[in-house]
Amino acid sequence: MNISDPTETFRQEARELLDQLEAGLLDLEQDPSNDDLINSTFRALHTIKGSGAMFGFTAVAEFVHEFETAFDRVRKGQSKANTALIGVALDAKDHIHLLIENPDAPIDGGTEILVQLRAIVDGAAVDGHGEAAPAVVAAPAPAPVVVEAPKPADSGAKRWRLTFYLPSDALIYGTNPELLIKELAGIGPISVLALSDRIPDLDIIDPEVSYLGWQVDIEVADDPTAAIDDVFLFLRDNMELTLAPLGGEAAVAVIEAPAPVVDVAVAAPSDDAMPEAPFVPEPVVAKAAPAKKAKAAEKAEADKPAATSLRVPAERLDELMDRVGELVIAQARLSQIANSSSDTALKTIAEELERLSSGLRDTTMGIRMVPIGTIFSRFRRLVHDLSGELGKQIEFITTGEETELDKTVIERLADPLVHLIRNSVDHGLESAEKRIAAGKDPKGTVRLSAVYSGAEVAISVIDDGAGLNHERIRAKAEENGLISADAKLTDQELNHLIFAPGFSTAKEVTALSGRGVGMDVVKRTIDGLRGTIDVTTTPGKGSVFTLRLPLTLAIIDGMLIRVGDGRYTIPLAAVEECVELPAGVEANAKGRNFLDIRGSLVPYLRLREVFGLKGQGDEHEKVVIVSSGEGRVGLVVDQIIGNNQTVIKQLSKLHSGIKSFSGATILGDGTVALILDTAHLVASGQSYVERNLGRAA
Amino acid sequence: MSENQEYMTALTIRLEDELFAVEASRVREILDLVPITEVPSARAFVGGLINVRGRVVPLADLRVMFGMERPEPDEDTRIVVMEVDIDGEPTIAGILADKVHDVTDIESASIEEAPKVGMRWRPEFVKGIGKRNGGFIIIPDMERIFETPGGRSTSVAAPEERAAS
Repeated sequence: MNISDPTETFRQEARELLDQLEAGLLDLEQDPSNDDLINSTFRALHTIKGSGAMFGFTAVAEFVHEFETAFDRVRKGQSKANTALIGVALDAKDHIHLLIENPDAPIDGGTEILVQLRAIVDGAAVDGHGEAAPAVVAAPAPAPVVVEAPKPADSGAKRWRLTFYLPSDALIYGTNPELLIKELAGIGPISVLALSDRIPDLDIIDPEVSYLGWQVDIEVADDPTAAIDDVFLFLRDNMELTLAPLGGEAAVAVIEAPAPVVDVAVAAPSDDAMPEAPFVPEPVVAKAAPAKKAKAAEKAEADKPAATSLRVPAERLDELMDRVGELVIAQARLSQIANSSSDTALKTIAEELERLSSGLRDTTMGIRMVPIGTIFSRFRRLVHDLSGELGKQIEFITTGEETELDKTVIERLADPLVHLIRNSVDHGLESAEKRIAAGKDPKGTVRLSAVYSGAEVAISVIDDGAGLNHERIRAKAEENGLISADAKLTDQELNHLIFAPGFSTAKEVTALSGRGVGMDVVKRTIDGLRGTIDVTTTPGKGSVFTLRLPLTLAIIDGMLIRVGDGRYTIPLAAVEECVELPAGVEANAKGRNFLDIRGSLVPYLRLREVFGLKGQGDEHEKVVIVSSGEGRVGLVVDQIIGNNQTVIKQLSKLHSGIKSFSGATILGDGTVALILDTAHLVASGQSYVERNLGRAA
Repeated sequence: MSENQEYMTALTIRLEDELFAVEASRVREILDLVPITEVPSARAFVGGLINVRGRVVPLADLRVMFGMERPEPDEDTRIVVMEVDIDGEPTIAGILADKVHDVTDIESASIEEAPKVGMRWRPEFVKGIGKRNGGFIIIPDMERIFETPGGRSTSVAAPEERAAS
């Protein structure tokens, strides 16, 4: 993908805008009269339309134009944002998405969506002043404004006078005023007059500055504000523009970026007409709208500095991370040399470098961090749709959106979370009748939360449904041959059975779940991210699925160990404890390698054997107990060296087939150490347990 | 070493007592021996990892593929860091050389196909044999040599055996 391809840039932007649009619509469903939401939704639409047209996505532009027109009625307060409208608007958003992703494919359905949209908008029109009033109050004008001028919508052609001065740097950026005027001619018949009043004396003239203004009289029946807005879409923020109906009345709106509000206030002729306001709601709203727009524009302007951001290809960040990793390694070597030297100057600079490089490392890792809220918003849509499909009332609450995780982790987290949320909605939450019978609120709650916990992030999907049904899980697992009929399992083990491949308890296969794929995929993905998944459940009260994920995939804390001559790193997060291998444990084991760790049996693996190393272990071998999910295994090592910052390097294809290692890292002295794949080792430890227990039974 | 080229510019290295030529354009750098990290349960051919300027790079020993003796490294031993295609994926790998000689042009015309019989090594790993100064230079087929054995990881592979370390 070439980032400089303008169409691709448009697509990326449009995707973001569509996300914004969706979030806005869903918020609006909760808070239908929130003007800020309506405006931001409208702005997103408007930008998609404008840039879509610019990049040749005509189908998008046409569709969005219609969408926008319908939604404009909501913005003007003529229609209410009700659930039906939001539903259709979401469909429309999906349609736009399709149009953008497949600009050449014929996509049906657009017309129906627009018809529905219009029907709803017209049907939901506000009847009476009660609803219109808030919209007016929201305008920055001092009071509701009524102009006793003829309504702009009066039939017949009408003349409007548009006066504009382009931003002084417009020519430098390649704006061609002639084209703009031609576009204006597309709105209606025009007559143009150039305004030369601002052209300075010849000796101080700057040939690159745009000094000219234009006065354009347009003949058009309807209020041309929106059409004119479109023409000046990309110049609007910095230009002067006034538009007024010809015939001597006050200007309808004067939009001038630096002080739009003031100008609108001036445009309001008087407050005398106020008492009449309730009886003529329509003009009130029509007048208020441009003012609100001005406010919106101003708000956008105010938002700009805060939202300054760069679009950087992810590969460059990866490359940066690699370089920083190398620096961290080089710095570790320097520190090692400095520590064994008596040169204080060298020590000082080594310490300085250590401080700087750890700062650089944190900053670089910070760049890769993305707030998890970026994917949370998708789930709101998911729940919204599920709620409709299943006929369950669901309240979806998200917390901790600002929690940040490595970008790669977040991307790979989306699918598992979709599965978990579906699972909670489909299997967890009961139907409204059952909930009422159980004395619960008919409206179910699904909570998605993210919090930091140590070097990890815990993401929980919590429902207040029926909880996991242990009997049914057990029956199903026996039926599928996952467990034997007499197997003794703890509740926790039963809970974890749902992550086994091929497991599904849904009595009926619905479109959403019950096909036995999903939960095992969730588990695999989370394992792949070096994370864990936990389930707790209370019958009748609900279930909690908790994912624990490392903050980053690039640098971890490791525990350095030695086996034979080789040094290896174990991810510290997986280490539970280290104990000494009791002398003579071998002799008592009768061929079975188990350790008694405070009463529970933990299998152990001799890394020496796993690695096929020859020779005897050290006299006092140590056991590092590592865990993954529920499983634990002891790893017998010769020596525990200590903790280290581990920059993870992927193994090449030549070594990727070796399951015991998840990667490699470079130690302070420049040598390479392999990183143990604890999940794999725990799994082989577990299968060892099963083999042995099976033999014993 | 395509036919239409007059020369193949090659780096010549010695393995045991044979000269080998690798495409010079693929060579990144030549290193003195660095500490090698053994990878347990890896094939003996790629049994190690080295640190090349902060990169973890697999270290291959062509001698394993050619069934040669593997004496301990001496002061002439070098590591040639080069680009190889592993199943079509360009990868940086190091190869051990008992000695690195020079960069030389081998006349394409002088390169002959490897004879199917009468060779000490498996013909499929030899791309051709060039002549220089009356001696032979073996041009190994790096793609074939670095092919992973059908995605399988370890010892079940090729004719190699784990060398006693």
